[in-house]
Amino acid sequence: MVTSVTSLGRNGLYDWLIQRVSAVIIGVYLIGMLGYLITAGDLDYGTWKALMSCVAMQIANTLLVLSVAAHTWIGLWGVTTDYLTGLTFGKAATGVRLVAQMVIALLLVIYVLWGLVMIWGGA
Amino acid sequence: MSIRTITFDAIVVGGGGAGMRASLQMAQSGFKTALISKVFPTRSHTVSAQGGITCAIASADPNDDWRWHMYDTVKGSDYIGDQDAIEYMCNVGPEAVFELDHMGLPFSRTEEGRIYQRPFGGQSKNFGEGGQAARTCAAADRTGHALLHTLYQQNLKNGTQFYNEWYAADLVKDDDGNVCGVIAIDIESGETVFFKAKATVFATGGSGRIYASTTNALINTGDGVGMALRAGLPVQDIEMWQFHPTGIAGAGVLVTEGCRGEGGYLINKDGERFMERYAPNAKDLASRDVVARSMMMEILDGRGAGPDGDHVFLKLDHLGEEVLHSRLPGICELAITFAQTDPVKEPIPVVPTCHYMMGGIPTNVHGQAIKLSGGHEGEDQFVNGLFAVGEVACVSVHGANRLGGNSLLDLVVFGRAAGLFIEDQLRQGMTQYEPTDANIDQALARVRRWDESTGGESVPALRKELQSVMQNHFGVFRKGDLMAEGVAKLADLRERIAKAHLEDKSKPFNTARIEALELDNLLEVAEATAIAAEGRTESRGAHSRYDYPDRDDENWLCHSIFDPKAKKLGKRDVNFKPKTVDTFQPKARTY
Amino acid sequence: MKVSIYRYNPETDREPSMKEYEVDTQGKDLMVLDILALVKEQDQSLAYRRSCREGVCGSDGMNMNGKNGLACITPLSQVAPGVLEGKKPLILRPLPGLPVIRDLVVDMGMFYNQYEKVQPYLQNNTPAPAIERLQTPEDRAKLDGLYECILCACCSTSCPSFWWNPDKFLGPAALLQSYRFLADSRDEATEERLSRLDDPFSLFRCHGIMNCVSVCPKGLNPTRAIGHIRSMLLERGI
Repeated sequence: MVTSVTSLGRNGLYDWLIQRVSAVIIGVYLIGMLGYLITAGDLDYGTWKALMSCVAMQIANTLLVLSVAAHTWIGLWGVTTDYLTGLTFGKAATGVRLVAQMVIALLLVIYVLWGLVMIWGGA
Repeated sequence: MSIRTITFDAIVVGGGGAGMRASLQMAQSGFKTALISKVFPTRSHTVSAQGGITCAIASADPNDDWRWHMYDTVKGSDYIGDQDAIEYMCNVGPEAVFELDHMGLPFSRTEEGRIYQRPFGGQSKNFGEGGQAARTCAAADRTGHALLHTLYQQNLKNGTQFYNEWYAADLVKDDDGNVCGVIAIDIESGETVFFKAKATVFATGGSGRIYASTTNALINTGDGVGMALRAGLPVQDIEMWQFHPTGIAGAGVLVTEGCRGEGGYLINKDGERFMERYAPNAKDLASRDVVARSMMMEILDGRGAGPDGDHVFLKLDHLGEEVLHSRLPGICELAITFAQTDPVKEPIPVVPTCHYMMGGIPTNVHGQAIKLSGGHEGEDQFVNGLFAVGEVACVSVHGANRLGGNSLLDLVVFGRAAGLFIEDQLRQGMTQYEPTDANIDQALARVRRWDESTGGESVPALRKELQSVMQNHFGVFRKGDLMAEGVAKLADLRERIAKAHLEDKSKPFNTARIEALELDNLLEVAEATAIAAEGRTESRGAHSRYDYPDRDDENWLCHSIFDPKAKKLGKRDVNFKPKTVDTFQPKARTY
Repeated sequence: MKVSIYRYNPETDREPSMKEYEVDTQGKDLMVLDILALVKEQDQSLAYRRSCREGVCGSDGMNMNGKNGLACITPLSQVAPGVLEGKKPLILRPLPGLPVIRDLVVDMGMFYNQYEKVQPYLQNNTPAPAIERLQTPEDRAKLDGLYECILCACCSTSCPSFWWNPDKFLGPAALLQSYRFLADSRDEATEERLSRLDDPFSLFRCHGIMNCVSVCPKGLNPTRAIGHIRSMLLERGI
């Protein structure tokens, strides 16, 4: 049992589950959106805005943003713990990994906040 | 002389089934036990055992009786197996096998959920009167592998201290000949260390590599026998070498007797099931010496197959794909890899191949090593501090011919017995014999000899020559003049090996040094075998002579004892006094 | 034929190098281990492990022309077609991802550590019966494809996840053995075994690359075993 590691879901199973569930959400959203774009015909700003303002779509968009963030975090956390380790960076590895993870986390937080503002900001 | 000393209550040399069963017993009791193995334990030769472990657990036949097993084993040994030891093994066997199940060994199962048992050669019910028995407990055809891994796992669980990839070079004795421990080399670093212990247990396995063609692993170089002989200790019945009927022709890889147990049979080049002529009752399930000789006779009479007429066939295809793939999956793999033959479709080319050393260091049922007061004659005496279990030991339960499936039983029963005995002795307070620096120095002499060698012949070439001498002069059939020639050749080899050259003297993982040290051991075993074979002037069990074709109970119903100091062959009494059953009297041996 | 072998002796070499040898097989399609024995007759300083020479002991795992396998059961024609005709050399390297001790001998310590971590022994606290613990043939069949592992390390050392985290990711061999005991009807430590695997590394670093399956010399499927453990964790976790 590897202790003293942190990711999103407290343990390996939840990380694994979150990654799969988020992937399904992203997949369903993309297919749905693709289907809409193909069948919707000529799109103008008004129709698009109306679509994005309905509550169902707002919820879907929120799920998408959160899923992308969670999926990215778990995936990149995996990448950093694979490649930014003592094997490649020696003693500096922990520092390098910490910085990389903080940059990723910061970008994801900005992305989520910005996304939520766009979805629910109502402007 | 200053080398590092590591001290334990007990050390076991050898990480096969016997060694790990002994170390497990002692580790469970809390004594400081080390296991020294020249390979990682699961690479030991026990891993290659296929067919199973013979034992009267009464699964296939609820009425099975360990006394029937005992009868078969005594008869199989051609009456020079010690009956007290055979009695102990067959009687304690079921307990030892059930323990293996409790440890997790993945035995194959019957519909009732019990351990699956298959017929093996030389097995009978009701003291030979009740027909073929099925007494060999099996984990498919990978029983040895399953057993060895299970024992390693249990040793991990119980905290045995492993010294893996350490090579034991020689025994350390004090001035009175008491054993104080061994000199061992850490193969990885090259460091030489003295392991000191109250009990030294040899579980070093067999020496099949003295022959050019053998089913044995490359590591089976007789290190324990070599160490004992160099220490001046005798070996018993060392002329008795089992040739397994079914080694894959050319490759030497073993094909289990279980194939014939499951219904396979041997055919010659004409497709004739020839065993019907040699053993009308047991046929292909006669004991191994009988089957191997019959095959050789077919080949010598010109009924062998192949361009050189040098092998016969093992036919299995009639058993059907399902049986072969469920009961004999490993054999199917091996046949395809090493004989380019799929047993589901075609018979496998096989030839009798050196397989097992029945002889070894004489011991009692507790594994205590025995020497004779007068070297090759006189009273039994214990070698204080030294024990031997498994193939290196000669308890003797196999006598002149081992029955299939009895080797795995031998190693768990006597590994366990030695462990129990030493545990008890340690509790009562065992003596630690203390060597002088000169004693240790003496034990280091051989390692130093190689390290200081400056020229001479190379190890691989000498090894090859030795193996071909053994193959050509001491095979399935033996002859006085041919053996005398072999003995002379070995004497010559001894001189040359003493002057041979180790070119690479580097320290880290120097396998050339190990192979050189192994060559010394091969020579010791080969010479003992040769002199004992020449000396036993009869045919018994696996020892079959053209010039003495009959069994000679008047002169040779006894163990042979080879004394390395005088290079003389003596005799030692066979035990005919089992404790709870009547003696099995020698009879003519037919199958 | 030509053989090119990775050589490194820490006593004399500052860094490893490939050394070329010329071996005469008399046209025979030998096993790679036979070739090594022929080379060792020429150059005794070559170090490699070997024992049973029939593919059951797991000593001689190595990388042959880019693929891990056992030298003793790998014929030349299979590992390097055309090598006998001199079209290309046989290239032998130690198993990747583990420290090299000398030549083709690697330090298996990390591999064995991971094996020990899965508590590879039967755990059952119910007092044992006087005979064996009964097990149906169906329950026993669940162990097929698991217990046959020979610990040769071909799988784990071909696994990128094991290369990057050999101390944290258990690797396919250890996980296969973990499942061997989870699947055994006689073992009672299921809950404890599962709880020890439920972190982001031990098991979940398996990304289903399946190199382990493609190299296993015994034809075993660690990826499938890992999938079974994951299903058990899922059932237990939600």
